[in-house]
Amino acid sequence: MLSEQIKTMINGLRPHFPTEQALLIPLLNEIQNEHGWVSLESMKAAGEFLNLPLSKVREVASFYTMYKLRPQGKVDVQICTNISCWLNGADKLMACASKKLGIHAGQTTSDGKFTLNQVECLASCGTAPMLTMNEDYYENLDENSLIKLLDQASADLDAKKVVGKSTRKEGVWP
Amino acid sequence: MMYNNEHFEPVITPNVDKPGCETLDFYLKNENGYKGLEKALKMKAADVIEEVKKSNLRGRGGAGFPTGMKWSFMPANPVDANGNPKPKYLVCNADEGEPGTFKDRLIFTKTPHRMIEGMIIAGHAIGSAKGFVYIRGEWFKEARLMKKAIDDAYAKGFLGKNILGSGFNFDLVLYMGAGAYICGEETALLNSLEGKRGEPRLKPPFPAQVGAFGMPSCVNNVETFAAVPYIIDRGWEKYAKMGIERAGGTRMIGVSGHVNKPGVYELPMTLTINEIIEIAGGVKGGKLKAVIPGGASAPMLRADECGCKTDYDSLAKAGTMAGSGGLIVMNDTVNIVEATYTLLKFYEHESCGQCSQCREGSHWLARMFKRILDGGGTQDDLDYVSHICSNMAGQTICAFADAVTGPALSSVRKFRSEFEELIVNGGLKGLGRTESISHRTEGAHV
Repeated sequence: MLSEQIKTMINGLRPHFPTEQALLIPLLNEIQNEHGWVSLESMKAAGEFLNLPLSKVREVASFYTMYKLRPQGKVDVQICTNISCWLNGADKLMACASKKLGIHAGQTTSDGKFTLNQVECLASCGTAPMLTMNEDYYENLDENSLIKLLDQASADLDAKKVVGKSTRKEGVWP
Repeated sequence: MMYNNEHFEPVITPNVDKPGCETLDFYLKNENGYKGLEKALKMKAADVIEEVKKSNLRGRGGAGFPTGMKWSFMPANPVDANGNPKPKYLVCNADEGEPGTFKDRLIFTKTPHRMIEGMIIAGHAIGSAKGFVYIRGEWFKEARLMKKAIDDAYAKGFLGKNILGSGFNFDLVLYMGAGAYICGEETALLNSLEGKRGEPRLKPPFPAQVGAFGMPSCVNNVETFAAVPYIIDRGWEKYAKMGIERAGGTRMIGVSGHVNKPGVYELPMTLTINEIIEIAGGVKGGKLKAVIPGGASAPMLRADECGCKTDYDSLAKAGTMAGSGGLIVMNDTVNIVEATYTLLKFYEHESCGQCSQCREGSHWLARMFKRILDGGGTQDDLDYVSHICSNMAGQTICAFADAVTGPALSSVRKFRSEFEELIVNGGLKGLGRTESISHRTEGAHV
């Protein structure tokens, strides 16, 4: 269930941490990245790999916002609606994305391309309003630039390109 | 001189607008990079702590606790039950998530070595050989940049074994969270670092006694660490003089909301809120109505209260707090009830759920504000807000519940007429608003 790549990465981290459990969040982060969500099967595999009971894995997986517990679209569009973004028109952005994609926040488009989510502050308040697509930030947006972004992402997906993971080109982990 | 403060100079951001400022080469060539470390390693650990104490550096994460004092709480030679020495850990809190705060992200992307150098100096001061940088999970790019900076520092011998020939060893490990505001609370962060739910711990014991992995630990904010090299390199006096009596140095203020030039400004604490708004290009789209001076948890101030200075004590005297330096500006087109509801929704979502007062209280408050906006509010609701808040603040394991009451109470106290207007007229619709907030669907956070 766990890919060799993930296992190698986590094994490489092991000497840096005094406990096995400390590797759980890095491991779930990698599972989330590889599969786009964290399934019960991957939680079981994570528990077996780190010698942790499933309950400990589940309680962590269900606590953190970035772990999606059901399948998501290929691009997770997360619009910040907290105060600074809201003051600068995040609600309009959310309405626009919702109309363009034909879904509400929390839903996935029928073609499986996009999931729309509303998120809280991502520390980008000086460049509000903003959103993230998968792992990349897009800042200083308005309705026009949002529509362009979504069109571009859709075209990139059609061309089998990976969207919103520009930082994955080199390993983030030590 | 600049900003009416003859002693002021930027401590952290003198060059953040220059290309290549994030590289080690730039830091070494133009910013006296790692000279503070060189100096610190020749000093006794206790003397380094003394320098930081005298500089009056206070924690930049929100609570404003004196940094030197925090370091001095670390036990000198901790041993376990069998008499074996315990490791001590240094932790950098880079879980920047307080709405309105975005200063640490600037340090990560523009001057990461300043923070790394500060951490190595702090490691020497508290006798720790290992540091963790806890980064919020959403910062993929920032983590990449920090990783590169750490690798470069290792390559030049600023990290690792026998640093600069001093015999001091220090390792720095990057750790990414997974999206939880509460992990900015230091004991929640420690739990998260241990691979657990980010639930704050009951104190005492404080992290200096029982911290990460049960070992004595010291947690500081990114900006706090980034100020340390300057203090050691240029001396505590210069740093202390820039500030005021009980708080030294500069503050990085993130100005956002309705201003013409939002961004992070490194400023002396002697400025007033009005002056800072001017520096950020003035209010856009209307007249000034309200300001949240220190991140979402700080009680808001009315426009007529914005002559207040922005140091810790002046803001506390004004009934609010300096917090994390996120200054959110609202113009007179904003409905305060709606703005506060935006924040309460956030708290409702981010409460870790351990304490009933906070878990239920944040939910009730959000629901009550929504009801008022939707036209179902009553006069009694306004008294009930105070009642709920008095059962939250100071009654829980961590300060999250207190944070919720900041915006909730201050909005009702300072803008009561706006609530009454909504109650009398049947909500936003009654005020002629056709667009409702209803598309912010319940349960949209997945």
